Amino acid sequence: MKKKHLLAFALAALAATGAFAQLNDTLAKAKAAGKVVMGTRESSAPLAYTLGNNQFVGYHVELCQRILKAVLPGVPVEYVAVTSANRIPLVQNGTVDIECGSTTNNVARQKDVAFALTTYVTEVRTAVKANSKIKSVADLNGKTVATTTGTTSVALLRKNKRGQGIQFNEVYGKDHADSFLLLESGRADAFVMDDNILAGLIAGSKNPKDFKIVGETLNVEPIAIMVRKDDPKFKAAVDDYIRKAMKDGEIKLLYNKWFMQPIPPKNVAVNLPMGSILTELVKNPNDKPAEDFNK
Amino acid sequence: MALDWQVFCQDTIERTVVAGCFGTGGARGTQTYLDWLIAAWGQTVLVSALSLVVALVVGSIIGTIRTLPESPLLVRIGNVWVEFFRNIPLLVQLFLWYHVVPVLFPFFADTPKLALVVTALGLFTSARIAEQVRAGVQALPRGQRYAGMALGFTTPQYYRYVLLPMAFRIIVPPLTSEAMNIFKNSSVAFAVSITELTFFAQQAGEETARGIEIYLAVTALYVVSAFAINRVMAVIEKRARVPGFVASTGGGH
Amino acid sequence: MLDFSVFTPEVFKAYILQGLYFSFLLTLVATLGGIVFGTALALLRLSGVKALELVAATYVNGMRSIPLLMVLLWFFLMVPFIIGRPIGAELTAVITFIAFEAAYFSEIVRAGIQSIPRGQVYAGQALGMSYGQNMRLVILPQAFRNMIPVFLTQTIILFQDTSLVYIITAHDLLHGFTVAGNNLSRPRESYILAAVLYFVICFSLSWTVKRVQQKVAIIR
Repeated sequence: MKKKHLLAFALAALAATGAFAQLNDTLAKAKAAGKVVMGTRESSAPLAYTLGNNQFVGYHVELCQRILKAVLPGVPVEYVAVTSANRIPLVQNGTVDIECGSTTNNVARQKDVAFALTTYVTEVRTAVKANSKIKSVADLNGKTVATTTGTTSVALLRKNKRGQGIQFNEVYGKDHADSFLLLESGRADAFVMDDNILAGLIAGSKNPKDFKIVGETLNVEPIAIMVRKDDPKFKAAVDDYIRKAMKDGEIKLLYNKWFMQPIPPKNVAVNLPMGSILTELVKNPNDKPAEDFNK
Repeated sequence: MALDWQVFCQDTIERTVVAGCFGTGGARGTQTYLDWLIAAWGQTVLVSALSLVVALVVGSIIGTIRTLPESPLLVRIGNVWVEFFRNIPLLVQLFLWYHVVPVLFPFFADTPKLALVVTALGLFTSARIAEQVRAGVQALPRGQRYAGMALGFTTPQYYRYVLLPMAFRIIVPPLTSEAMNIFKNSSVAFAVSITELTFFAQQAGEETARGIEIYLAVTALYVVSAFAINRVMAVIEKRARVPGFVASTGGGH
Repeated sequence: MLDFSVFTPEVFKAYILQGLYFSFLLTLVATLGGIVFGTALALLRLSGVKALELVAATYVNGMRSIPLLMVLLWFFLMVPFIIGRPIGAELTAVITFIAFEAAYFSEIVRAGIQSIPRGQVYAGQALGMSYGQNMRLVILPQAFRNMIPVFLTQTIILFQDTSLVYIITAHDLLHGFTVAGNNLSRPRESYILAAVLYFVICFSLSWTVKRVQQKVAIIR
């Protein structure tokens, strides 16, 4: 290699290691870069979704906006849309500094990333048509069940299928609205997913009264904000804000705003009261993984 | 970056390695990724074959009516058909058939999703085959049509006995590439959760985090299948050839 | 039944416009890149050097036997490995499309070059031109002029194929319609509008191609 190429390569490598070194200190990285990158979802109302024009809103989005204002004042926030498939890799490699969407905290993921104190708890339930006779998972025998690819519900369904010895057909929607369409059109008899997603889709449908949420809780999943592993300073800063917000009622207000009041873009309310587990967590917050909730 | 081919012998739920690499199947049995790969390939072949049949039948009809000399209305209908199906992307057409048609037309409310996918892919390709059939018929010397008429054949008869047999022989090369295209285009069925090869690649790649091995196997299957289709069509062309007849289509392959 | 009322012009501006812009940009860049690299590949295949011909032929035939969706998955997986850091879905889409379309454009260019009568090549040689000069001044200009309608047709196909970036969730036109449909709870209406918009664009383009064909063809 020519000498100047070698020099350029060495400089680039040095810069790269410099960037990598700062992955352990998000606060410093954001201040140095002059921006903090928030990863968020496009269609996960009311937790995180878009109104178009690169504008993102939602319960977790607003919570993160407040956290970042407190922890990194004056640093502008850049929004990046992530998907179930790429959210963890993007946090790991530094493209995204904080992910505010609908990510479940579990042991497997804790190998790759860290989670803040749990700010939302979802229970995996079943949505069916209002006139359906399905009341529990056992009633799914011989039916067609929909779920969304790339989510934890896929593995959950398969485990349950084997565990109870029941047979059902699985259909996969590419995203949640797609899976709900399968239920709405009758291609699927049931849609298994987190209850907040079910409630949101039902509320936004043309005839919310045509659907109901039934069945036992297949799984309890703590949903939390995701940050990089091995960055205790940033996680502590985020956790401190969340703890304070839980104590002084800010979390309750935010929850009401996004889950009980009408929200954009259609000004319809999701109408899902805070469950008992989340209420308990607000009193005594923790960041335990899902496995601890489902023993 | 060592490649770990053992991933194919792993069971899809427990992720333990199954001896012999093939699972036992059934509701309580095991299923390895190798089982799933083969099942996915089978689905791809099934979707492609059925769609090809639909495309050939419909495409031939549409292509033929576009060459009719005395029916400008039918020609117009054929043209509209071709323009409609050629100017909308296949993926969008698939979404229309899968999500919109069953709701708009209650007749289709209970159609199995495989039938909808085959319809979407078949009709999309039928427009392209119609173009080739039309080109094939128009490449024949006009004398052929007049000779047929002079022999007292009706229009359907001289199409059936004189024009179409030769036209189809002319267009075997572009039909070969259409057959290969259908096999590749069957991959869009991933978007409506038909568990074909591309869906398998994506889902298994994410689950096992061994994307490279999975993608390599799937790619190899696609290449091998494309080659096989090519050879089959070459055999068909050789068998169907009329000695001494030289095609005057000009372009093509 | 169907409710299109939610799709106001503001909604279009908010959700769809950016995707439309990206789809157009992707088509344009992939076409230009595809023609440049495709021409290079075609020249390699016609070069007479067996090793180069083999490499180019393998690349072209390989790319043409694999579905575009698989190629997109491959590049999405491998490009971050190769350049050492992750890149967005949009940039991956651009790189993938250039690489993929190069194979298809190279076949068009090769056919175009081979359709020029050999007499032209000999005339150039008789005038003392080198291989490079011959190609640049005599063959390629004529070949390209003949190939313009085919290039444009391939571009229309390319524009339709941009919808396949759905698999890596790039923000193209179809993605814009999908997100709008989901967030406004009107997915079916959204798909219908997407079909209409694609049809209008592609039909207009192919109508333009037919006119260009009439004006540009060299009559022999």
